[in-house]
Amino acid sequence: MTVIVALWCVAVLLGTAILATAVARRPYGRTFVYGVSLIASAAALIAAVTHLLTGGTLAPSVTLPVGLPWLGSHFRVDALTAFFQAVVNLGGGAASFYGLGYGRHEAAPQRVLPFFPAFLAGMNLVLLADDAFTFLLSWEFMSLASWALVMAHHGERDNARAGYVYLVMASFGTLVLVLAFGLMAGPDGGYGFGSIRAAAHAPGVAALVLVLMLGGAGSKAGLVPLHVWLPLAHPAAPSHVSALMSGVMTKVAIYGFVRVVFDLMGPSDWWWGVPVMAAGTVTAVLGILSATMERDIKRLLAFSTIENVGIIFVGLGLALAFQGNAMNLAAALALTAALLHVLNHTLFKSLLFFGAGAVQTATGERDLECLGGLIHRMPQTSFAFLVGCVAIAALPPLNGFVSEWLIFQAILQSPQFPQWGLKIMAPAVGALLAMSAALAAACFVRLFGIAFLGRPRSAAAAAAQEVDLPSRSIMIALAGLCLLAGVLPGLAIDSLAGVTQSMVGAKLSEQATIAWLSVVPIGESRSTYNGLLVFLFIAASTAVSALVIYRLGPRTIRRAPAWDCGFPDPSPATQYTAGSFAQPLRRVFGGLAFGASERVDMPAPGDTRAARLTVTMHDRFWEWLYTPLTQVVSLVSGTLNHLQFLTIRRYLTLVFIALVALLLVLALWP
Amino acid sequence: MTNLVFDIAHLLAGGLVLMSLVMLYQVRLYALLKVFTLQALVLALSVAWQAFAQDAPHLYVTAAVALVFKAIVIPMALHRIIQRLGIHREIETVVGFGPTMLAGIGLVALSLVVMLRVTAGADPMAREDLAFALSVVLLGLLMMVTRRNAVSQVVGFMSLENGLVLAATGAKGMPLVVEFSVAFSILIAFIVIGIFLFRIRERFDTVDMRALDRFRGEQR
Amino acid sequence: MTIDLLIQGGQMAVVLLLAPLLTGFVRKIKARLLRRRGPSVIQPYRDLLRLLRKEAVLADNASWLFRAAPYLIFATTWVAAALVPTFATGLLFSWTADLIAIIALLGSARFFLALAGMDVGTSFGGIGASRETMIASLAEPAMIMIVFTLALVAGSTQLSTVSAHMTLPAVGLRVSLGLAAIALVMVAIAENARIPVDNPATHLELTMVHEAMVLEYSGRHLAMIEIAASLKLLLYVALIAAVFVPWGLAGPGEGLDRHALGLAAFVAKLAVGGVLLALFETAIAKMRVFRVPEFMGAALMLGLLGTLLLFVSRSL
Repeated sequence: MTVIVALWCVAVLLGTAILATAVARRPYGRTFVYGVSLIASAAALIAAVTHLLTGGTLAPSVTLPVGLPWLGSHFRVDALTAFFQAVVNLGGGAASFYGLGYGRHEAAPQRVLPFFPAFLAGMNLVLLADDAFTFLLSWEFMSLASWALVMAHHGERDNARAGYVYLVMASFGTLVLVLAFGLMAGPDGGYGFGSIRAAAHAPGVAALVLVLMLGGAGSKAGLVPLHVWLPLAHPAAPSHVSALMSGVMTKVAIYGFVRVVFDLMGPSDWWWGVPVMAAGTVTAVLGILSATMERDIKRLLAFSTIENVGIIFVGLGLALAFQGNAMNLAAALALTAALLHVLNHTLFKSLLFFGAGAVQTATGERDLECLGGLIHRMPQTSFAFLVGCVAIAALPPLNGFVSEWLIFQAILQSPQFPQWGLKIMAPAVGALLAMSAALAAACFVRLFGIAFLGRPRSAAAAAAQEVDLPSRSIMIALAGLCLLAGVLPGLAIDSLAGVTQSMVGAKLSEQATIAWLSVVPIGESRSTYNGLLVFLFIAASTAVSALVIYRLGPRTIRRAPAWDCGFPDPSPATQYTAGSFAQPLRRVFGGLAFGASERVDMPAPGDTRAARLTVTMHDRFWEWLYTPLTQVVSLVSGTLNHLQFLTIRRYLTLVFIALVALLLVLALWP
Repeated sequence: MTNLVFDIAHLLAGGLVLMSLVMLYQVRLYALLKVFTLQALVLALSVAWQAFAQDAPHLYVTAAVALVFKAIVIPMALHRIIQRLGIHREIETVVGFGPTMLAGIGLVALSLVVMLRVTAGADPMAREDLAFALSVVLLGLLMMVTRRNAVSQVVGFMSLENGLVLAATGAKGMPLVVEFSVAFSILIAFIVIGIFLFRIRERFDTVDMRALDRFRGEQR
Repeated sequence: MTIDLLIQGGQMAVVLLLAPLLTGFVRKIKARLLRRRGPSVIQPYRDLLRLLRKEAVLADNASWLFRAAPYLIFATTWVAAALVPTFATGLLFSWTADLIAIIALLGSARFFLALAGMDVGTSFGGIGASRETMIASLAEPAMIMIVFTLALVAGSTQLSTVSAHMTLPAVGLRVSLGLAAIALVMVAIAENARIPVDNPATHLELTMVHEAMVLEYSGRHLAMIEIAASLKLLLYVALIAAVFVPWGLAGPGEGLDRHALGLAAFVAKLAVGGVLLALFETAIAKMRVFRVPEFMGAALMLGLLGTLLLFVSRSL
C-alpha cells in the first residue's frame, strides 16, 4: 500500500519536473512547482509515518516493466525505507514550503524549478528500490539532479569548480557502488535485493563490500577524506536546495550504507565496526573544527553536516561492533541513536540552512565578517535560528542532545566487548565525540553571536529586513519540531523499533509506556533522561525567577551606552570578529588539524607601515590526497593523449589486440 | 584480603605510570626532578608491597636500594649538576605538549593491550605489573625521544629503568644478585652520563642535544 | 509522595540558599589566609539583595536575548544543581537526568552566557566568549572520561546509584578513582573560573574569562548571573562530595532524622571543600590563557588513563 502511494508521489514529482520546463518562466510557475512538491512530499510523508506507526505489512516488491528487460524494476517498502522516507519527505516538504517564499528571489527560475522535483523524486526512488539496478540508476539520477541544482548559479565565482568537483566525486561514488553491488551479486548476477540477501557471502567479499560502501556511501555522505566536495557544492546551490543536499541527501547515502551493510550483507564480523567508528570519529572532529574556522555561513553549515555525518557513522560503527559480538540489544541502542540523529539532523540542519538563506536574502551577504546585529532587524528568524543552534550544539532540552546522549549510552556498553582493541577504542571515541559536541557549541555560539548579535558590520546588515511569511513560518515550525523531538524522544525511538528489529534482531523496550515519558535505553538503574521534565523544570524556574524578581524588585530599565570597561568605541570594527573568535581554538587545535601557523610582521618603532598578522592554514586532504591524484591523472591522460593521433592501421591493430586479448582471457578462464 | 593486596599493588603500579605521564607534562627541570623523586618513592613502596605480598624478604632490599639511590642520591646529584651547569631551566621539547601526551596515552593503551594478551593465564598481579612496567618503559623512551635537554634525557632513562625494576619484582623468583647488578649498572651508567654531561658542556657551552647534532654535521 | 515532593523542594531551596554562603565562605578563608580580615561570610547575600534593588542599566543595542539570558542561565544551573544528591539520594525527580545530562545542562547555561557576552558587541564580551568556549571544548571531553570511569565502577550514570554504589566495600582502592577525582577537581576549577584558570576577583581585562562575558550586566540581571555562578560552584563541590565522599547521604524513604544528619554532613563537606579550594587558590598563581589547554589536556589524559587502568583491574 505504502509503496503504491510512494510511487505515485514519485510519478507526480517527475511529471511536475517535466511540466516545470514549460512553466518555469511564468509567474505562477514557482507556486505550481513548489506547491505540487509540497503536496507530494506530504502525501509520501503521511504514508511513511503510517507505515512506521502501524508496523506495516511486509508486502512483496512491486515490479514495474521499466529498466533492464529481463529484470524490470523492483520497489518495496519496509521499516527502514519507511523511516528514511519520512525523513526525506519531511525535509523535502519543508524545503518546498520554504521555496514558495524564497523562490521569489531566484534570478533564473528555469534553472531551478525543473530539477527541484526531479531531485526529490530521485531521493525517493533510491529509498524505494529493491534491486541493485534500480538502486544505482536512481542514485545516479539523484546525483545528476542535484548537480544541475548546484550549477544553477553557474555564473558565480567558484560555482563552476564546485560543480566539477562534485561531478567527479559523484562519479567516483557511483563507480565504487557499482563494484560493490557487482561483488554482492556474484557471478550468477542475482541483482534483486532478495537474492543478494539470501546468498552467502565469503568473508573476503564481505570485507571488500564494506570498504567499497564506506567509499561509495561515504563520499555522498561526506566521510573524511571524501568530504571535499560538500563544502564546495552545498553552499553553491540555492539555500532550500542546500538544505535538501545537506539535511536530506546525506541521509539517503546513510540509508544506502545501512541497507547494504546491515541488511544485505547479513550479520557482521566484530572488526567491521572499527573502520566505521574510526572514520566517523575523524570526520566528526575534523568537520566541526573546519566549521569553527569558516567564515562563510553556508560553508560553515556544510562542514557541520560533515560533523553530524561523522556522529551518525560512529553510531553505525558501534552497532556493527555490537552486532558482531552478538550483543543485539546494545546494537539496537547504537542503531537507534544513529537513526534518531539522522532525523534530528534533518530537522535542525534544514532550519539552519533556511536561516542562512533568509540572511542571504535580507543582506545579500554570506560572509560572517559583514553581518551582525540581525537580531534587531530579523527577530523571528533569529529566534528560530537560535533554537536550531541550541539543538545542533547538543544541548538539553532540545533534540540534538537526545541522540548524542543515546550514543554515549551505547559507548558505555563497550566494556562488555570481548576484544581488547574495541574496549580501548570505545572510550577514546567517546572522548572525541564529547570534544566535537563542545566544539559544536563553540562553533554555533560563534555563528549566532557574530551574525545575529553585536552591531552590524556592514551597511547591508544594518538595513536588513525580515523575510517573507512562508520562510519565517516554516523556520518556526521546524524549531517547534526540534523542541518536540527533544522533549518527547520516546515517540521517535518507538517508531524505530521495527527498523532495529529487522536490522540487528533486537529492539529497545517500548518507551511510550514509561512513566513521565522518560527515555530508558537499557535499564532504570543504569541511565534515564526525561526531556519533558527537564524542559518543564527549566521553563518553570525561568518563569518563577523572572516573576519573583519583577514583583519584588524595581522594574525600571535604563538604556545607556555600552560600558566596555570604560572605553566604548562607536566603530563596529572594534567588535570581536569571526576570525578573532576562532583564534584560541585555532591555536589549540589548528596546528594538528590544519598545520595552521601565525606570522606577525611588526614594523620597528618609528616605521609607519601597518603591522600585519598572517595566518596560513592548509587543507591537508587536498595537498596530500587530491593534488597528487590529479597530477597522476593528468600525467596518464597526457600520455594517453598520443593515442588520439594514430594512423588507421594502428587503430585497427589496437582493436585487434584487444579482441584477441579478450578471447584469450575467455579461453583461459577457469 | 587478597582483594586488598591486589588493589594496593594496582594502586602503586598505576601510580608509577601516572608519575611517568606527569613527568611528560613538566616544563621545568627542577619540577621534573621532584616528580622523578616521587616516582622513585612510589617504586620503593611498590617493591616493598610486592615483598610483603609475595613473602619474599629479599625484595625489601631492592626496595631499600631503590629508595636510597633513586629517591635520594640520584635526584640530589642531578640537582647539583643542574646548579653547577647553570643550565636553562625550561625544558625544550621536540614536539608540542598535546601530541606528546596523546602519544603517551596511546603507548599506555598499546602496552596494556599487548601485555594482557600475551600473558593470558598468568597470575593477575604479575600480568598487571608487567603491563604497567612496559608502559613505564615506553614512556621513559618517549621522554628521551621528545626532549632536547640532556638532563631530561637522563631522567627519562632513569624512569625507564624504574619500569624494568617493576617488571623484575612482578616476576617471582628473580635472584637477588641480578637485582643488585642491575642497580649498580644503572648507577655506573649514571656516573658515566654525569661525566659526559660536563664534557659536553665544556665543549659546547650547552647541554642541548642539537649542539651535538650540529657538531656531527647532521641536519635536524 | 508529599514527603518526597517536600524533600525534593527542600533540596532546591537548600542549594539556592547555601550557594552564596559557600562563595562568601571561600572568600573569607582566602582573605584570612592572606592575613586580611575580609568581608563577612554573608556579604554575597547583601550584594545580591543590593543588586536586586537597583535599576538595571542596559547597553543601547542590547537585544531581548541579553535580557532573557540571565534567567535562562540561572534556571538551567538551578535545575542541574537540584539533580545532584546533596543531603539525600534517590530524590523524587533524580531520574530526570543522569550525570551526562547534568553536564549538558551546564553546557546550555554556558552557551547562553557566551551569547550574552557577544550581544552588546564589545571586544571584552567577545574575548570572554571565545576563551570560555575554548576551555569548554577540552573540559567537556575530560568530564565525559570521568563519567566513563564512574559508570564503569558503578554500572550506572545515575548519580544517586553511583553514590550509593561508592559506599559499598566492593569498590575497594582503585587508582582509577583517584585519577578521576583529580581530573574532576581540575575540570571543576576550570568550569568555575577559579585560579589558576581564571580569577573570579579581577577585572583585569587580559586575564579574565568569566568576568569579561558579564561585564555589561548590572542590577537584577547581574544578580541572576552571580547567583548562577555560586550555584555552579556549589554543584561541583556537591558532585565531588556525592561521588567520592558519599557518606552521610540519606537514602530514599529514610526518616527525617537521617535527612537532618545528611544536611549536617553536606554542610560539613561544603566547609571542607571551601577550605581546600581557598588553600589551593592561595597557594597557586594564575596561568597564562594558552597554558589552560595544557591544563585541561592533562585532565583529559588523567580521565583517559583512569578508564584504561580500570579496564586492567576489571578484566583480571
